[in-house]
Amino acid sequence: MIPELGHFALIIAFAISIVQSIVPLIGAAKNDSAMISMARPAALVQFLFVGLAYAALTHAFIVHDFSVLYVSKHSNLVQPLMYRISGVWGSHEGSLLLWTLILSIWTIAVAVYSKNLPEILMARVLAVMAMISTGFLMFMLFTSNPFERIFPAPLDGNELNPLLQDPGLILHPPMLYMGYVGFSVAFAFAVAALLGGKLDATWARWSRPWTTIAWSFLTFGIALGSWWAYNELGWGGWWFWDPVENASFMPWLVGTALIHSLASTEKRGVFKSWTVLLAILAFSLSLLGTFIVRSGVLVSVHAFATDPARGVFILAFLIVVIGGSLGLYAWRSATVVSYGRFTWFSRETALLLNNIIFLTAAAAVFVGTMYPLVVDAFGIGKISVGRPYFDTMFSFIAIPLLLLLGVGPAVRWKGDNTSRIAKVTISFFIFSLVVGLLLPFLIEDKLNIATGLGYAGALWVALTTLKELFDRISKKLKLSLSYIGMVVAHLGIAVFVVGVTTTVTYSEEKDLRMVPGSSYNISGYEFRFQGVRKVNGPNYIADEAVIEVWHGEEKSGELLPQKRIYSGKSNPMTDASIDKTLFRDLYAALGEELGGGAWSMRVYYKPMIRWIWLGTLFMTFGGILAVSDKRYRQKAKKKSTQPLAATGNA
Amino acid sequence: MNKRSRRKVLVIGILFGVSVAAVLGLTAFQENLLYFYSPTQIAAGEAPDNHSFRVGGLVVDGTVIRKPDSLDVQFDLTDNTETMTVQYTGILPDLFREGQGIVAMGSMQSGGLFIAEEVLAKHDENYMPPEVADALETAEKAAKQKMQ
Repeated sequence: MIPELGHFALIIAFAISIVQSIVPLIGAAKNDSAMISMARPAALVQFLFVGLAYAALTHAFIVHDFSVLYVSKHSNLVQPLMYRISGVWGSHEGSLLLWTLILSIWTIAVAVYSKNLPEILMARVLAVMAMISTGFLMFMLFTSNPFERIFPAPLDGNELNPLLQDPGLILHPPMLYMGYVGFSVAFAFAVAALLGGKLDATWARWSRPWTTIAWSFLTFGIALGSWWAYNELGWGGWWFWDPVENASFMPWLVGTALIHSLASTEKRGVFKSWTVLLAILAFSLSLLGTFIVRSGVLVSVHAFATDPARGVFILAFLIVVIGGSLGLYAWRSATVVSYGRFTWFSRETALLLNNIIFLTAAAAVFVGTMYPLVVDAFGIGKISVGRPYFDTMFSFIAIPLLLLLGVGPAVRWKGDNTSRIAKVTISFFIFSLVVGLLLPFLIEDKLNIATGLGYAGALWVALTTLKELFDRISKKLKLSLSYIGMVVAHLGIAVFVVGVTTTVTYSEEKDLRMVPGSSYNISGYEFRFQGVRKVNGPNYIADEAVIEVWHGEEKSGELLPQKRIYSGKSNPMTDASIDKTLFRDLYAALGEELGGGAWSMRVYYKPMIRWIWLGTLFMTFGGILAVSDKRYRQKAKKKSTQPLAATGNA
Repeated sequence: MNKRSRRKVLVIGILFGVSVAAVLGLTAFQENLLYFYSPTQIAAGEAPDNHSFRVGGLVVDGTVIRKPDSLDVQFDLTDNTETMTVQYTGILPDLFREGQGIVAMGSMQSGGLFIAEEVLAKHDENYMPPEVADALETAEKAAKQKMQ
C-alpha cells in the first residue's frame, strides 16, 4: 500500500510541476499577479509530494518490502539500517528520485531565501526549475519507476555490493547531487533573465551565492569519492580519470569558471552574456554527468539498445534543455550590452583568462571521456583513452593557471599598472622558482624540473595570496568574508598542488612475495611480515596479515590488511590497511596465498597524500565562507526598494 | 602601444595559447588512444606490434601458472575461437579467476606472448566487461557462419 502511495505522490508532484512550469510564466508575460503568486505555493506543495514519495521508498527499504523490485534488487535482510537508508540512491531509479528531491529542496530554498527578489523574476526562476523537475518526474514515471512491484515477492533481496558499504560512499552521491542540482539555480536565474529580456548585474548578484554554495557541495562530493576510492579500492590511487569521475569533474571545471565570471558580471557588469552561457553549460554538464553515470551508458552504449525508451528520453531531455536554453540565448543575448570598460591589464582580463583556462581543461576532459563513447556508439571500434593523456593535459594547464593565480587577485578592476604589479610580485616569483627548483635537490639530491615547478607554483600561489592578505590587513582595509573565502580557497589550491606533486614524485609502490619473518624496506620504513591469521567479521570471514612497521630502531605501527569473503559471495575482497599521518601514508594490501606460507603483498609509501584532500577541504570551506558574507543580504535589502526597475518587464 | 593594439596583443596571445593547448592535447590524445582487440583479431594479425592495446576474453580453466619464487603469472585468454597466452607480474585483482572475463592492457612480444602491464576484472562477480561480451559474441557468430 505504501509504495502505491509513493507512486501516487510522484504522479501528483508531476501534475503540480507542469502547472508550476506554465502558469507563473504566463502570469509574468501578462503581468497577472494572481498567476505570478502561484509559483511559491506550487513549489512548496511539489516539494511535499516528492518528499512523500521519497519517504515511501525509504520506508520500503527499512521494512524490507521485497515486493518492490528496486528494494529487492538493492537490499537484503542482513543489510544494516544505515545501508538500507542509503540503498535508496544505490542505483538508477532511486538516484533519480534523490535528484528530484534535492531539486525541490533547492527550489524551496530559492523561494524562501530570496524574499526580496522581484516577484516576476521569482516566478520565472521557479517556473524554470519546475520544468527541469517535470522532465525528471516524467522520466521516472514512464521509464524508471522506483515503485515497480514484482510478483511473487522474493523472500530475500540481493546484497548491496560490499564495496559500496562504506560511510564515505553514503555521503558521496547526495553531496555530488547537491552540487549538480545546485547549478540548476544559476541556470534557472540565467534562463529567467533571458526570458525577461534584461540581463543586468542584479541577475549575477542573485545567482552568485547559490552558485558558490553548489560549487562547494560539488567540490566536497568529488573529494569524498576520491577519498573512498583511495581507502576501498586497494589500488592506492586518488584519481583514476575514470569516466564516472570525469562526469563529475566536468561540471566542476565549468562551475569554477562560472563563479569567477559571475564575480566580473556582478562587480563590473562585464561578460554578461558569457556568464549566462557558462551557467547553461555548467548545468548541461551536470545533467550529462547524472545520466552517463546512472543510465548504464558507460557500462555499454548498447545498454540503450536493450532499453531504448530510456536512451531516447535522455537524449530528448538533453536536447530540449541544452538546445532550448541555447536557442533562447541566441535569440535574446543580442540585446545584452556589457557597459563596463576595462583595459588589457585588469582584474577583468585576469578573470577572463581564468575562464579560458578552465574551459580548456573541461574540453580536454570532455574529449577524453566522450570520444570513446561516440566511437563505440557508431560501431567504429572499441577504444579507451589512457591516463597519461589526462595527466599530460593537466600538468600543462596547471602552469598558466598557477601563474595567473599569483597575479590575478592583486590586479585592480578596470585597469592596473603593469609596473606596480611587477614590483610587488617579481621578488616572489624569483624566490618561488629558486626554492621550488631547489627542493627536489634537498629531498633526494636530484634535479627534477617538473616536481620543482610544482613546488614553485604552490609556493608562488601561497606567497602572493598571503602577501595580498597582509597588505590589506596592514592598510586596515576591511576584510569581507567573501574575500577571506577566496584566500582560503586559493591557499587550498597551493596545498593541493603540494600534495599532488609530492605524492606523484615520491610515492613508492612495490608488489612483494613475502614469507612470515621476511621484511622489506621502503623509504626508510621496514615492513616486517609476521604471518596471516583468520578473523571473523559480522558478515564476512577474513585472512588478516600482521605487518609490523619499523622506522629506524623504533616500531612505528602495525598494518593489518585483510582479504575478506562476505557471506553469500564467492570472491574475496581486499581491505587495505593504512597508517595515516599528515606527512605520509603507509599502505598495505594483501594479495593471495602463494603456497609454502608465502603471500603476495602490495605495499606503498605515499608522502603527503593527505594534502590533496586537505586542499579540497580548504576550497570547500572557502566557498562556504564566501557565501556567508553579509553583503549578499544587505544588497538584497537595498535593491528591494526598486524591484521592477531591476528586472524589467517583457 | 596604444590601448587598441594592446588589446589586439591580448587576443592574439589568447588565441595562440589555446591553439598550443589544442595541438598539445590532440598529440597526447593520439598517443594515448588504446584500442581493444579480441584474441581472434590478434590471431589474424590485426593488433599493432609496438603499441600498447587492450585485449579481453575468458581466462581458460587450468591454465593459470604461478612461478614459485616471484610474482610472475601466466594464463591463457580465449574468446572461444582463438586462445592466446598472457604474462603478468604482480598482484591480480580480487575478481580474477579461471573462467572469468577480464581485460588486460599491455603489448605483444615476439613469439605471440602478450605482456600485460595491467589486468582488470570489475568489482562484481556477475559482471562481464562489455568488450569481452562483445568479443565472445562476434567470435561465436563467426564460428556459426563457418559451420554453415
